[in-house]
Amino acid sequence: MSAPAMGTTKTAHSDVAPKKKRGPGALATAYLVIYNVVMTAGWLVIAVGLVRAYLARGSYHGLYYSIEKPLKFFQTGALLEVLHCAVGIVPSSVVLTGFQVLSRVFLTWAVTHSVREVQNEDSVLLFVSAWTITEIIRYSFYTFSLLNHLPYLVKWARYTFFLVLYPMGVTGELLTVYAALPYVQKTGLYSVTLPNKYNFSFDYHTFLILTMVSYIPLFPQLYFHMMRQRKKVLCHVEEYKTE
Amino acid sequence: MSRTTFFEVEVLDGRTRQQLCFLDKVEPHATIGEIKSLFHKSYQQLYPARQDLKLDPKGKSLRDDDVLQNLPVGTTATIYFKDLGPQVGWTMVFLAEYLGPLFIYLLFYFRAPYIYSHQDVFTSSPYSVVTLACACHTCHYIKRLIEAIFVHRFSHGTMPLRTIVRNCVYYWAFSAWLAFYINHPLYTPPSYGDMQVNYALAIFVLCELGNFSIHVALNNLKAEGGPKCRRFPHPTKNPFTWLFFFVSCPNYTYEVGAWASFSVMTQCLPVALFTFLAFIQMTIWAKGKHKTYSREFKDYPQLRMPIIPLLL
Repeated sequence: MSAPAMGTTKTAHSDVAPKKKRGPGALATAYLVIYNVVMTAGWLVIAVGLVRAYLARGSYHGLYYSIEKPLKFFQTGALLEVLHCAVGIVPSSVVLTGFQVLSRVFLTWAVTHSVREVQNEDSVLLFVSAWTITEIIRYSFYTFSLLNHLPYLVKWARYTFFLVLYPMGVTGELLTVYAALPYVQKTGLYSVTLPNKYNFSFDYHTFLILTMVSYIPLFPQLYFHMMRQRKKVLCHVEEYKTE
Repeated sequence: MSRTTFFEVEVLDGRTRQQLCFLDKVEPHATIGEIKSLFHKSYQQLYPARQDLKLDPKGKSLRDDDVLQNLPVGTTATIYFKDLGPQVGWTMVFLAEYLGPLFIYLLFYFRAPYIYSHQDVFTSSPYSVVTLACACHTCHYIKRLIEAIFVHRFSHGTMPLRTIVRNCVYYWAFSAWLAFYINHPLYTPPSYGDMQVNYALAIFVLCELGNFSIHVALNNLKAEGGPKCRRFPHPTKNPFTWLFFFVSCPNYTYEVGAWASFSVMTQCLPVALFTFLAFIQMTIWAKGKHKTYSREFKDYPQLRMPIIPLLL
């Protein structure tokens, strides 16, 4: 989903109540700064790519193709974040981060890339834009936090933009999956039928529908979690005056 | 003339710090368990198993057998309370977790209506391996039920309701999923035929016997030792327990073996997936248990691994 990784709100660069900092070592910090800078730059490239393509074509249609490669590269690169949690240089939950990144990677590869016919849909632009803005803010937030120099504006943006971007992204994602359904059913994409040697079957069409249904319980939980985080982080600034 | 100093106990809510209950004239040698019973008198819904009492809201939970006067409290003790939510006794837990798969599998075996297509209702498979698989699956869960009722002794009394619901959904859904394929009209029997089925069956039976032997051995350990004397399990005269030479949790080893052989016997990918997930979970439990044993007993055998001999 398009929400910034939930677990990463409780990162070592914590801006809430002073917690026990189990922060990364100097080398790990340097690496993470580089990682986050590269990711910020990557998503900026995508943002610029979208704007330029729109200005060149004069319409919102078919902008996916102009940023297809960097989108795939940088979104897939986010898998490293799972590794960061596993190794311990980022104190977030592996499961939570994994879940978030995997859902993004799933949408990028298993839906948008795999079902060519949806690539022209406007819903793709909707979620790509939401992801782009979210990720630029999120990665710059981490960069600044790691350098212990977090401008309030970035913190505010991180905990405010999601209010619009998250529903926007979710809408784009759901519409895209929905658009893909008829093509998946027609071609039997990624599906296995009986009989076969291993007595297994998988219907990708049904799987996509179940994925869409899963948004119903999951989206509100994540959204309200971010809202609670927002209240905690932004409303306690006056008390701690860290910046 | 009374020589005993009575204690006063105030129970506060761990989160809100509100006073929930004030007990006066509490015997100094009263246990936490008895205090929980007293608390229960004021709050009908909160039976002792649901109560989590602590001296420090962020600290460790007090045990039921802790004695009041041995705790670091003055004559007025402040105890913090947390509601653990509805609890269910372990026996009930296992009954729920095991009866489900037992009956669900049978629904698929007999091809109850609305599962497969209309013409397949109440038909049976021409393959003997399908009937064999049903027998194995059913016996596996009957064995588990027997163990739950007659063999196991549980250290904790209860489990939270939420956990049971989650566990039951997992077990029930998975058994439905694998039963669906094994009993399907389009089921394909194993590639290597009867040889594959018979070898796998033999290993399955051995693993079930092994698993049962280990449960009995662990049970006897608890019976002989009693709560204060803690010992770790040893191999006995029963050859199945000789796996204790190599692993800390041979019951898990045998369990994985049983499911792995069931996968081979049915040549069914969902079963293999279930086996894999079960293996991961049991490895986590075995590692935990192994660590506990190693820490607690200085003479713990070095050769033993948690779950797979010499490897894991």
